[in-house]
Amino acid sequence: MASMNMIQALNNALDITLASDPDTLVFGEDVGYFGGVFRVTDKLQEKHGLTRCFDAPISEGGIIAAAIGMGAYGLRPVVEIQFADYILPAFDQLVSEAARLRYRSNGEFWAPLTVRSPYGGGIFGGQTHSQSPEAIFAHITGLKTVIPSNPYDAKGLLISAIECDDPVVFLEPKRLYNGPFEGRPDQAMKTWAGHKDAEVPEGHYTVPLGRAAITRPGNEVTVLAYGTMVHVALSAIEESGLDAELIDLRSIVPLDIDTIVASVKKTGRCVIVHEASRFGGFGGELSALIQERCFYHLKAPIGRVCGWDTPYPHAFEWDYFPGPARIIRALNSAMEN
Amino acid sequence: MPDDKRLQLHIPKPQARPGEPVNFDGLIVPEAGSVRRPEPLGCEADMRDMPFSLVRVLDENDCAVGPWAPDISTDVLRKGLRAMLLTRLFDDKLFRLQRQGKTSFYMKSTGEEAIGAAQSLMLGQGDMCFPTYRVLGWLMARDYPLINLVHQIFSNEKDPLKGRQLPVLYSAREYGFYSLSGNLGSRFGHAVGWAMASAYKNDDKIALGYVGEGTTAEGDFHEALTFAGVYRAPAILCVTNNQWAISTFAGIANPRDTTFAAKAIGYGIPGLRVDGNDFLAVCAATQWAAERAHANLGSTLIEFFTYRAAGHSTSDDPTKYRPIDEPVHWPLGDPILRLKAHLTVIGEWDEARHDALTAELTEAINAAVREGEAVGTLGKSKPSVAEMFEGVFKEPDWRVIEQRQELGKELGL
Repeated sequence: MASMNMIQALNNALDITLASDPDTLVFGEDVGYFGGVFRVTDKLQEKHGLTRCFDAPISEGGIIAAAIGMGAYGLRPVVEIQFADYILPAFDQLVSEAARLRYRSNGEFWAPLTVRSPYGGGIFGGQTHSQSPEAIFAHITGLKTVIPSNPYDAKGLLISAIECDDPVVFLEPKRLYNGPFEGRPDQAMKTWAGHKDAEVPEGHYTVPLGRAAITRPGNEVTVLAYGTMVHVALSAIEESGLDAELIDLRSIVPLDIDTIVASVKKTGRCVIVHEASRFGGFGGELSALIQERCFYHLKAPIGRVCGWDTPYPHAFEWDYFPGPARIIRALNSAMEN
Repeated sequence: MPDDKRLQLHIPKPQARPGEPVNFDGLIVPEAGSVRRPEPLGCEADMRDMPFSLVRVLDENDCAVGPWAPDISTDVLRKGLRAMLLTRLFDDKLFRLQRQGKTSFYMKSTGEEAIGAAQSLMLGQGDMCFPTYRVLGWLMARDYPLINLVHQIFSNEKDPLKGRQLPVLYSAREYGFYSLSGNLGSRFGHAVGWAMASAYKNDDKIALGYVGEGTTAEGDFHEALTFAGVYRAPAILCVTNNQWAISTFAGIANPRDTTFAAKAIGYGIPGLRVDGNDFLAVCAATQWAAERAHANLGSTLIEFFTYRAAGHSTSDDPTKYRPIDEPVHWPLGDPILRLKAHLTVIGEWDEARHDALTAELTEAINAAVREGEAVGTLGKSKPSVAEMFEGVFKEPDWRVIEQRQELGKELGL
């Protein structure tokens, strides 16, 4: 065991995979010599060689197209899109090609690529370094979408994603790279040091895709979250004094529907929390699934705490960001009914 | 503002639209054999004149002339003729069946058969073709079973793609033929990535990618060429310039005084411009580019200058947007007739053999169609509906399983 922050854990996952699987390679903008703008690929080129980890042109569509072709050949590429905000030029490649190749060719070709991308807000990144586009991937049949919330999961989920024979969009909450964040920007920054989920085995292990974690067991209300919002929600629950059950989804496709349904049937109340804007967000899908499956167990309307339906603002970051106060209000509202 | 200071927006127009006289006057066709053949392993910077010429081998007497005349056995030439003729006859038959309501959609390769057929015969079994929908000649040259094509076009119970794809969007991995899609250009970068993977693994396989001239305007084309140039991907990247993108003439994708092959110059890879209706020129250019790729010198961009003699698909009528007689005035002729004439001139073919071959291929096509019809045409037969839910992921997730059961109940299965 070693104490790692999320960057180190992700770097370690790539390092282990590059060492054990010669068909894995890593490329993306600034990932080679420099080691990535967030240092996730630090020293991988030096250690594994130029062809195993290299720089790519500023061409998100080109990067993912090349990775699909490599996957069709038989490699297992891991590419980095520098910010999830910049993934849209590659959207056609993900939607029309990666997600459908296996289906349309009746299994003759497939695209076992992993697309890593720093995502989410809380870093004063403005509109182009803060967005949470997970719902648009979840909507695409044939893609898997994974969002870790801590170093242990980040490493285990990334290894699972790389070993998976389906295309995986792996969204890394960049606000969590260096420490957990409770959504209280006025408080001192925390590091991962001493956090139980920062204790990371140094060897190979996996966290399966499609299995949620119960971060905090409870009986009064279920809270569904992923990524940065797991920490924000936990902090809000503690402040509220409620006996809430917090579920960290870890991947939204595949979705661990059984864990969600069991919890909501137990508590009868549910609050969904995500950074992404509300309308058409993944919370809408979660809410629909819960009412389809748990309607007669519900004691209160399902609550959603989300970013507002505006572009991600700069000066108003903390007015936009769904912080603990907003979550507590939603929890209390769920309890009033 | 004075009138002479006012700007004018330029919208290009083709030489002729329906009712106007066909006009190919601006088209410069150099004599066969007149264009130089650079050393294949030479420096790209010394080849930048090539995109502005037109490599041609067959002259007006149907003889192979000049430095590009390839050393190809007559057996291979006859195989090429057979593949082209089979493509032409198959297209004509299946197009008619679409008109009879036996399938929803069809696309012909008419006039462009030399390209897929010649390249298929020039490249190796392990190489991978990333086709457009007008490269049926590749499969025909490799003896892909006609019955598989027919079943796919009918989307019937024996469709190798299980009813999931529009007709003619084939996939045939064992024949080096990558999965087609109706999106244009989105596989060009896959060809480059596949070629990069071959180089990464120190393999000896190369990739062949295609787009049409209209698709060179897509970002995918430029992204793929950037990667091809930067990483020296062992790929042959082809622009099939058939003059028409549905109703849009090539001048909407490229300004008049340049060529599609010339786009290679900016990416630092050789660009060749080749008579795509000249089977021997297609062979020669492909061999040249393959030699370069195998020598680790990376990609070549080849513009095949050709003509789409039929409509875009069964869904358009070309007489509505171009002169009805434009195809017969195409100055570079018909690829099948030209190769047939060449084989005849060198004493390796004659009318009797051609008639016999036509009869044999027609019967093979008719037999395949009869077999396909016996299984069922579109709507008369289809794969098990459970196939709709297979292959979304390697292993189905709960949504797919639940929805399959939901539909099963709905259908009383």
